[in-house]
Amino acid sequence: MAKTDTKAKGLDRHGLTDEQLRQIFRNMLLQRQLDNRGFQLNRQGKVPFALGSEGHEALQAGAAMAFNRGKDILAPYYRDLGLALGIGLTPYEIMLSIFARVDDHNGGRQFPNHYSSKAAGLMSFSSILAAHIPHAVGAAYAQKYRGETGRAVLVTCGDGTTSEGEWHESMNFAAIHKLPLVMLVENNEWAISTPLSKQMANPEIWKRAEGYGMPGKRFNGFDPIETYANVKEALDRARTGGGPTLLEGMCYRFLAHSTDDNDMTYRTKEIVAEARKHDPVPNFQAVLVDSGVMSDADVDAMKKDVLRETNEATDKAEAVPYPQASDLYTNLYEGAWQPWQ
Amino acid sequence: MAVTAGSKVLNNVEAVRETLYEAMKSDDRTIILGEDVGARGNVFLITKDFINEFGPERVIDTPIAEASIVGIAVGMAMEGLRPIAEIQFADFIYPAFNQIVGEAAKTRYRSNGEYTCPLVIRTPYGGGVRGALSHSVSIEALFYHVPGLKIVAPAFPADVKGLLNAAIDDPDPVLFLEHKKTYRLIKGEVPEGHYTIPIGKANVIKEGRQLTVVSYGLYVHWALEAANQLENEGMSVEVIDLRSIRPMDRTTILNSVEKTRKLLIIHEDNKFGGIGAEISAMVAEEALFSLDAPIRRLAAPDVPAMGYAEPLEHEYMSSPAQMADAMRELVKF
Repeated sequence: MAKTDTKAKGLDRHGLTDEQLRQIFRNMLLQRQLDNRGFQLNRQGKVPFALGSEGHEALQAGAAMAFNRGKDILAPYYRDLGLALGIGLTPYEIMLSIFARVDDHNGGRQFPNHYSSKAAGLMSFSSILAAHIPHAVGAAYAQKYRGETGRAVLVTCGDGTTSEGEWHESMNFAAIHKLPLVMLVENNEWAISTPLSKQMANPEIWKRAEGYGMPGKRFNGFDPIETYANVKEALDRARTGGGPTLLEGMCYRFLAHSTDDNDMTYRTKEIVAEARKHDPVPNFQAVLVDSGVMSDADVDAMKKDVLRETNEATDKAEAVPYPQASDLYTNLYEGAWQPWQ
Repeated sequence: MAVTAGSKVLNNVEAVRETLYEAMKSDDRTIILGEDVGARGNVFLITKDFINEFGPERVIDTPIAEASIVGIAVGMAMEGLRPIAEIQFADFIYPAFNQIVGEAAKTRYRSNGEYTCPLVIRTPYGGGVRGALSHSVSIEALFYHVPGLKIVAPAFPADVKGLLNAAIDDPDPVLFLEHKKTYRLIKGEVPEGHYTIPIGKANVIKEGRQLTVVSYGLYVHWALEAANQLENEGMSVEVIDLRSIRPMDRTTILNSVEKTRKLLIIHEDNKFGGIGAEISAMVAEEALFSLDAPIRRLAAPDVPAMGYAEPLEHEYMSSPAQMADAMRELVKF
């Protein structure tokens, strides 16, 4: 499927209000600003590691708009900044994670971008790819078992993760039990250095849905409205007993895998530049301005506000202390713990 | 066997079954999932008829997919259920290694306490049943290195029930190991009703003065048989049933070693890097100058597992006679 620009298709808003459209755009701007900030802090020597989701902005901001806060559960992976923001995590919480500060949800234990918030319904996850997908299935099973209609689990991963055995096992189980689950694959064409062609013979991941016995669909993940419409349809089906869906949103990874990766060792500037022509951030900005949802002045004001919020979050989080050395020993088990008793 | 009031005689299979049944009865958050646990009622019939009483939503016949049996149970536990996952044979647990070590054991820690993983993973392990390379292994040493897990390996029916109840009540993941040769071989009195035995407490099952023997699982029974034989020969051997492998009961082991001044550790698992290595190191660190003889370990040779052919199984395992020989040598040292 060719990645098309929203602008070229005109504005079919799928029920989204002007305010929701602005929220989506603000989320996209915030993702880019926070991504950029993480890389800046790394280059300044202030943080050892950063990882960005540039190219995923529209996909994540659109999907998050379909998430019901306080009801749904999100089981994300580590390139899901926009989903975390979109379901309610604040830039300050993101910066606490980047700086590994004591007030971070994980207490500074996990890598940046490994979000966790029980209050927001964001399940804790590790860096081990696909390991979180059976967790999402188990959470969906719990919802169904308790008869909690109106709730669903949104689980995400990259294209490379679909090669893992646990990905398959999870899809199979979710389909057998008709669980309230939406598996959203964010296909950015790269798994660090490994392209899709080395990951799978058939690059149409969504077509595997038929094999599992669930609906599947591919859509343009550079278009936040199209993403919203597809994720909402699938989540609504899950919430009403219609079972799981496999969605494949097409996007691109504009940055290297992380600050520790050099993508010029396995792809060219030209390839990335070509993909950047479809950059969802300026494209969606043009859509909103052309359709009259925002003026140029509105956009400028929003960008300034996003920069202000990012700066404030950065300064506030940086001022928070690290965890203490003694915090290494807490929360391993309930209560105090010694391996020898 | 005379039965105390309020108790009944069960074998280990019956003890597991009764405990699971009571847990299912008392808490509808309890879910059993695994291969063939439903219609078949588990390959040892532990959950026979559970599916009829509790329904297929609570007794889940899973696809043959061990990683996700544990992984899905982790997700259930994170979202408020109390899953009991079964791995049909311990030998099949390897595909689930990451879900146990990388996920279940780290859920509380990595989320700094926001998420927890109250999960029990039950699995039959051990040999002496002509189980060959893939139906006989001991897996405890692969997991006892892992902070975040608890590991239990009871030998007696009353301990099976008390420790399984403790595992089910526990707010953290517990690997519950059931020695399959003891399933129907070992019978004992089991108190009625709900009770727990604390995870992490060993049991001195025979008191003695001249040697401390530490073991767990099937070998507890054989070590006791050997120790009783030595008693008839005028030698006094103390036998400790570890019951819990992680955490381990340092106090009971050290108190016994301080008294007897000699230590023999016996286990069915491989000697190299086995549970005995950690116990030896601990005693060497804490009580070296109380020892009157080198610490000894009687354990399996450094080969992958016991073979199917009888001589191969026999050679791999330690017999009560070999245990008695090792005890005699140490007592006389």
